Amino acid sequence: MISSANHNTLVHRYPNGLILLGEPMPWVESAAFTIAVPAGSGWDPDDRSGLASVTCEMCLRGAGDRDNRRFISDLESLGVEWSESISAFHMRFSGSCAADVLPQALQIFADVLCRARLPQDELENARQGLLQDILSVEDDPADLARRELRRRFFPIPFNRPNEGEADHVRAITWAEVRDHYERHFRPNGTILGVAGKFDWDRLRSQVGDLLADWPSRGAPPVAEKPQTAVVAHIHYPSQQTHIALAYPSVDYDHPQYFEAVGAVGILSGGMSARLFTEIRDKRGLCYSIHASHRVRPRMGAVLCYSGTTAERAQETLNVLIRELIRLKDGVLEEELDRLKSQYRTGLVMHQESTAARSAAVVTDWHLLGRTRSLTEIDQRIRGLTTDALNRFLQENPPRSFTIVTVGPQPLEVPRDVLEAHAA
Amino acid sequence: MTCLKHTLPNGLQLIAECYPDAYTLGMGFFVRAGSRDEPPELAGVSHFLEHMAFKGTPTMTAEEVNLAFDRIGAAYNAFTGEDATVYFAAVLPEFQEAACRLLAELMRPVLPPGEFDREKQVILEEIHMYLDEPPFGADDLCRAKFFADHPLGRSVLGSPASVGAINVERMRAYHQGRYAPNNMVLAAAGRVDFDALVRQAEAFCGAWEPWDVDRMLHPLEPAYGFHLAPKPSATHEYLIQLSEGPSGYSEDRFAAHLSAAVVGDDSGSRLFWEFVDSGLAESASLGFSEHEDAGVFTLVLSCAEELFSDNLKRLRNLICRLESDGITEEELQRAKRKIFTRTVLAGERPRNRLFSLGLRWLLFQSYQSVQEKLRLLEAVTLEDVNRLIQRYPLSCHASVAAGPLEAISTAGA
Repeated sequence: MISSANHNTLVHRYPNGLILLGEPMPWVESAAFTIAVPAGSGWDPDDRSGLASVTCEMCLRGAGDRDNRRFISDLESLGVEWSESISAFHMRFSGSCAADVLPQALQIFADVLCRARLPQDELENARQGLLQDILSVEDDPADLARRELRRRFFPIPFNRPNEGEADHVRAITWAEVRDHYERHFRPNGTILGVAGKFDWDRLRSQVGDLLADWPSRGAPPVAEKPQTAVVAHIHYPSQQTHIALAYPSVDYDHPQYFEAVGAVGILSGGMSARLFTEIRDKRGLCYSIHASHRVRPRMGAVLCYSGTTAERAQETLNVLIRELIRLKDGVLEEELDRLKSQYRTGLVMHQESTAARSAAVVTDWHLLGRTRSLTEIDQRIRGLTTDALNRFLQENPPRSFTIVTVGPQPLEVPRDVLEAHAA
Repeated sequence: MTCLKHTLPNGLQLIAECYPDAYTLGMGFFVRAGSRDEPPELAGVSHFLEHMAFKGTPTMTAEEVNLAFDRIGAAYNAFTGEDATVYFAAVLPEFQEAACRLLAELMRPVLPPGEFDREKQVILEEIHMYLDEPPFGADDLCRAKFFADHPLGRSVLGSPASVGAINVERMRAYHQGRYAPNNMVLAAAGRVDFDALVRQAEAFCGAWEPWDVDRMLHPLEPAYGFHLAPKPSATHEYLIQLSEGPSGYSEDRFAAHLSAAVVGDDSGSRLFWEFVDSGLAESASLGFSEHEDAGVFTLVLSCAEELFSDNLKRLRNLICRLESDGITEEELQRAKRKIFTRTVLAGERPRNRLFSLGLRWLLFQSYQSVQEKLRLLEAVTLEDVNRLIQRYPLSCHASVAAGPLEAISTAGA
């Protein structure tokens, strides 16, 4: 059951360009917020990959009249659960709390947006912590495979590791952090999404009081450069060979977006889906196998991952590629029916989470300039047909695979696969 | 919200938290069968059996099981621990009966030999996957050292050798030992129709015959010491450190959870300020888990190789200060607020309650509503926590460090 309250997201645009989105969920007692600032790793200077990450660390080390310790202790005393993250496009600050303390929580994060202290004497601590995060990826070959796949697949410069490169991070100065903050923290391009129990008029006016004076700035230009498909192997003394594969798909705004997502669901939407059945259930080749559809502005992608012991890795890759290519032969009515049931449950569960909803409306606004209500998504999924899905797959068969393997030995990618399915 | 209970004549216990306003429900069979119940030569059989439960039942093939769960749009899975194996599904209310029927099917697996051999390969892949990930098996090794001969020290996954040696007959014998209806709980939370659930359980599980099942509980006699597990290819050193805490029967367990939050929560804790905020470690945290005959504090810390030795000293000093001075009232109040928030937010998604509800009832025959849990947490005093810190000192521990270091000075660590 999708609640009728989910038909329309409330939207307010402030004169400085800041977007406030409200998703009322009056049946809960809490509220969650997501703030996306257009300061992701894609805007790092070429020789300072990791500047966004260091800046993110630094702006949580005190803001307004709070120093580092008071910042954390005040959030904890209010009972706010919060986190931060970096993507190619955004720095995100998210939090959940009891509905009655939302105004205080937003006031603290408004300070982060406009009045971060960026304490110079804490830069070294922030840098050392980040360097350790960067190095730890080297200890997890599955993470390494995913990082190296993103680096080779997504358009430059939105392909960078979000945490940055160790050598670049070592060279970052405090002045660079301050300049990055001043340049990229701006209301035009920032999206604040709130989901849960709140009074919209009061919220709109409070956010106005907190952030309407935040001066807008010009958006820094960035030139995107697409990459061509490649196959790469990274030698690693691991037990398993870790296979990460990507191919292009349609973007979030594309009329056939739901067909594209449906096709990935046929591959990986449950334990009866094709990859799990063919690779794990029928052949016992691996424990972990999955595919997911990802979206970014102007592009979509399908990412697949499996980890399997070296001697079985070749067969795993062969079956994986065969299943991807077989998609164009069509999907069955029963497969689609099962998928629709899963999406239905997933949507209803999504509606139970204020945190998931506040993040989703912010992503929608970033990619579409509007939000998709759960009702709209429900209707689009119910409306999927095998004919439409099969037409989409014939027009857009999986191809142009970028493949990264991490493990003791490289794998053979069948030449005919690469040639016949090159873009 | 109401909590309802019922026991079938064969001993299967039902417990449910019913929230009429929820949109979904979670349901699961909680079986009192875990790695602690395994004979050492069958290490890993509980977990392997959990996989095999999906591989064919008296009325369904493996493929039919997966298809049936996916057709009702269930979010379903299973997991195995030291104390229990849990099979669960989250569904829309209209699929309560179908979910109950399918989960009940899983409790009576037929173990087809072809599926058994294939799934053994999957288990071996899972073992290899964990050996590739930090802390590279150091967690299992530390449990084995700390618990010494206690059954809680056994690995849930088992080793390639022990899993390799398990055959269908031995797994069947293990199943026939542990999967008695009187040794399991059917728990549900969310928009549950409890009267219907009782009828469904009677229909799907009522014919199962009960039998006597034992579990030997043992007092914990932990073995302390420091051990190295060299992993030359790693860049970081990973420390696992286990210390004794109160058992899940003890009223002190709330003080133990609060103490763990003060010392080692992900943010704002003593470990956070000492190691994470300062950039000295990639991560540092302390958690607390409860079993029937023991409680365990688990401290984990990972950092660059060159910082490790110094960090060990800092850790020793931090624990020393904790044990000499205790925590402050302000720290306790912040930890309470933090745990309250998490408990209340999790309670908004009723199916999140399923696991604590089912495990608590299975292992301890005790039930606490969210409100009751909050009340008990609130009642913990500063003296309670500081007494607990003295009674269960973190300075007494078994530790394993896995990483590039081949020798470490541990004087006093």
